[in-house]
Amino acid sequence: MKNFGKRFGVMSSLGVTMGHFFDTYIVDLVKGRKRYWTPEGIEARRQADTEGIFTIQYPEEQLPVPEEFRVLPFLVYDEGENGEKNLRCTACGICAKVCPPQCIWIYRATDPVTGKPSPHPAEFHIDMDICMNCGFCAEYCPFDAIKMDHDFELASYTRGESHLYGLDKLMKPVSYYESIRPVNASREAAARAEKARPKA
Amino acid sequence: MTEATLVNPLETLVEHFPSGWVKKDDRPGYSGFIVEREHLLDFARAMRDDFGFDYLSMVTASDYLAEGIFDVVYYAYKTIGGPALVFKVQVPREDAVVPSLVALYPGADFQERELWDLMGIRFEGHPDLRRILMWEGFEGHPLRKDWKEPFYEEDVKPFKSRWPEGKPIHADDRNPFNDNVQYPTGFDPERWVPEAETLLYSGLQQTAHYEEFKTDELIVNMGPQHPSTHGVFRMVVSLQGEKIVDLKPVMGYLHRNHEKIGERNTFLQNMPFTDRLDYTTSMSNNFAYALAVEKLMGLQVPERAEYIRVIMAELTRIMNHFFATGFLLNDLGVYFTASLYAIEERELILDIFEEVSGSRMMCNYFRFGGVVRDVSDEVLKKIHNLIYDRIPRKLDQFDAYLTNNEILRTRCEGVGVLTADQAIALSTAGPILRASGVPYDVRRADPYSIYDRLDFDVVTGIHGDIYDRYLVRVGEIKESIKIIKQLLRDIPGGPILAGKPAYQVRVPAGESYGRVEGPKGELGFYIVSSGKPNPERYHVRAPTFINLTSLAPMSRGEKVADVVVILGAIDIVLGEVDR
Repeated sequence: MKNFGKRFGVMSSLGVTMGHFFDTYIVDLVKGRKRYWTPEGIEARRQADTEGIFTIQYPEEQLPVPEEFRVLPFLVYDEGENGEKNLRCTACGICAKVCPPQCIWIYRATDPVTGKPSPHPAEFHIDMDICMNCGFCAEYCPFDAIKMDHDFELASYTRGESHLYGLDKLMKPVSYYESIRPVNASREAAARAEKARPKA
Repeated sequence: MTEATLVNPLETLVEHFPSGWVKKDDRPGYSGFIVEREHLLDFARAMRDDFGFDYLSMVTASDYLAEGIFDVVYYAYKTIGGPALVFKVQVPREDAVVPSLVALYPGADFQERELWDLMGIRFEGHPDLRRILMWEGFEGHPLRKDWKEPFYEEDVKPFKSRWPEGKPIHADDRNPFNDNVQYPTGFDPERWVPEAETLLYSGLQQTAHYEEFKTDELIVNMGPQHPSTHGVFRMVVSLQGEKIVDLKPVMGYLHRNHEKIGERNTFLQNMPFTDRLDYTTSMSNNFAYALAVEKLMGLQVPERAEYIRVIMAELTRIMNHFFATGFLLNDLGVYFTASLYAIEERELILDIFEEVSGSRMMCNYFRFGGVVRDVSDEVLKKIHNLIYDRIPRKLDQFDAYLTNNEILRTRCEGVGVLTADQAIALSTAGPILRASGVPYDVRRADPYSIYDRLDFDVVTGIHGDIYDRYLVRVGEIKESIKIIKQLLRDIPGGPILAGKPAYQVRVPAGESYGRVEGPKGELGFYIVSSGKPNPERYHVRAPTFINLTSLAPMSRGEKVADVVVILGAIDIVLGEVDR
């Protein structure tokens, strides 16, 4: 076979393309219908031993994203008993300082009685046009308050102000965070519980 | 070359010259030698011919506004391996003129033009000192410390307007369309005719005219928008029939002054920006930048992190070489069959990157002193499957598909030849240099990380043509597989980051240069720190930018259709060329 390749290079090349072509049919016939439009099928088409058709038919089919996948930050809030939304953010400003393109603006709230700064953001803005999805804000936040999202389908009809996200668009419940990043969320919860426990 | 090349004479280098010519750079944190401007040419000639530093890897400069001087910095190496020779020329800012080294080291050509463009240092004796990255009508030299961009906010990040009283301004409002450029006074863009274009065209070599044939040389612009150029890149070629008489590359359409941005950023903030240089090999870019800063900080990286780093860097190399080979075929006119075959493995490697770093291409995975998160056993299993099963099979298939294909061989053999001497003189790096028969690989010549413990070969070619470049790339994939097999076998447990994660790092004052053998060649970061949170100078030795210097010598005498392939074999990424 090796000598064949040396002497008939183009034939050998065409053999490879032909092999690819027939593979697509053979694999589909052997694996059956389940290969398409099902989560198992998508998973099976991205393995190291995948043969035949490799393509995922986006948007009808979607690749599952791994836990660490990161697109655009959001703010996590804990749901109180009476449905109140308790933001974890303390407006410490680390995310705004570490942000490489400087797309985070925080207006720290002041206590109406004393007039001193209080640990809450009165306003929190992220310019989604500038954000580079690096994940530094989530990585260095000491309060687990800002996290990276998984939602990557962000097309919109307008530019400008609509891409300047305020608190209303940024706040998402902790249950959502746990649903997209279960491993991270449970690890952080355990670490927080450990910290909160009074030292014996 | 004399026998002096075999010993390390750097200790006695100062005595080799008349007194006052050369002195040691004894500023704290700095290294190398300071050469008097008048004697630079003699010094460089002696270095090249008597000391064996035949490879001028990098030319850059840094602006010390307070002292009122420019440091022009040269990094030279021996192609037989070993540490760098660093020499500098200090010139006053008002009289920034330095003799050009293009005659001695032709590879300095584009780098000196870049310095003229961005830093405003004039190189006396440079054959073609035009702007290279900025547009021709640009006023000022943006890398100077006293130059400010049109919508300048502050010298360094973090900007004070963000917290605690952050009032958002949308980018579109701050930088409105049609009003986002700065013109010199009295400049009308509608009526302006670029002088540099005529300079560019008249700079092309011309052959004698043949009156009897009534032929003329034809100047053709290939690009900026052209499917062969892998982005926005322009080649001005003068043709005689189908034959290339001369060629000049024009670049900078994607220029965003990465280095100025880097000087505004803090050290950590630069990490995700390095991803955007060569956006196909972000892990390698991270690696080089992390090395440069760690060198300054004196950080020791934990063992497991070193292993993970090298695994990622080698996976990047495999991915990049598949990509490059696939698209070489695309440039040959095979349209997308070959490149899509090559992309399958890339896709699987990107899945791994996505799982460990969170992003397929903009990985941002390295931190100073380690990596951001650990690699799980499942991911290691996935890498194992790829390395032991899929990629070797794919390489066999590629072999049957391409290596002996007569069409490929006829198009590639003997085309775009670069001899070993030329390749060294032109400062090319990576597969191009090695395909010309120079066994120079930073991983072997000046080992970093854990490469000194790994067993692999430096792949070289013989002929220096496109076909050999293809073979070198395929050979390097095989070597990378070999490396990753060893790493997977030996990877230890333990921490993945030295110290605690910190968003503000303290970097002591001084200069450092971290370099890795990236998939496309020697990728280096030159950093000067003044002890502040932001780098004083941040320079990228972009391998593809410097490799492009060899495009014109390779293309002369070839046919138009071959130029496309020659460019494809250099494997450029415009994000890195234009920075």
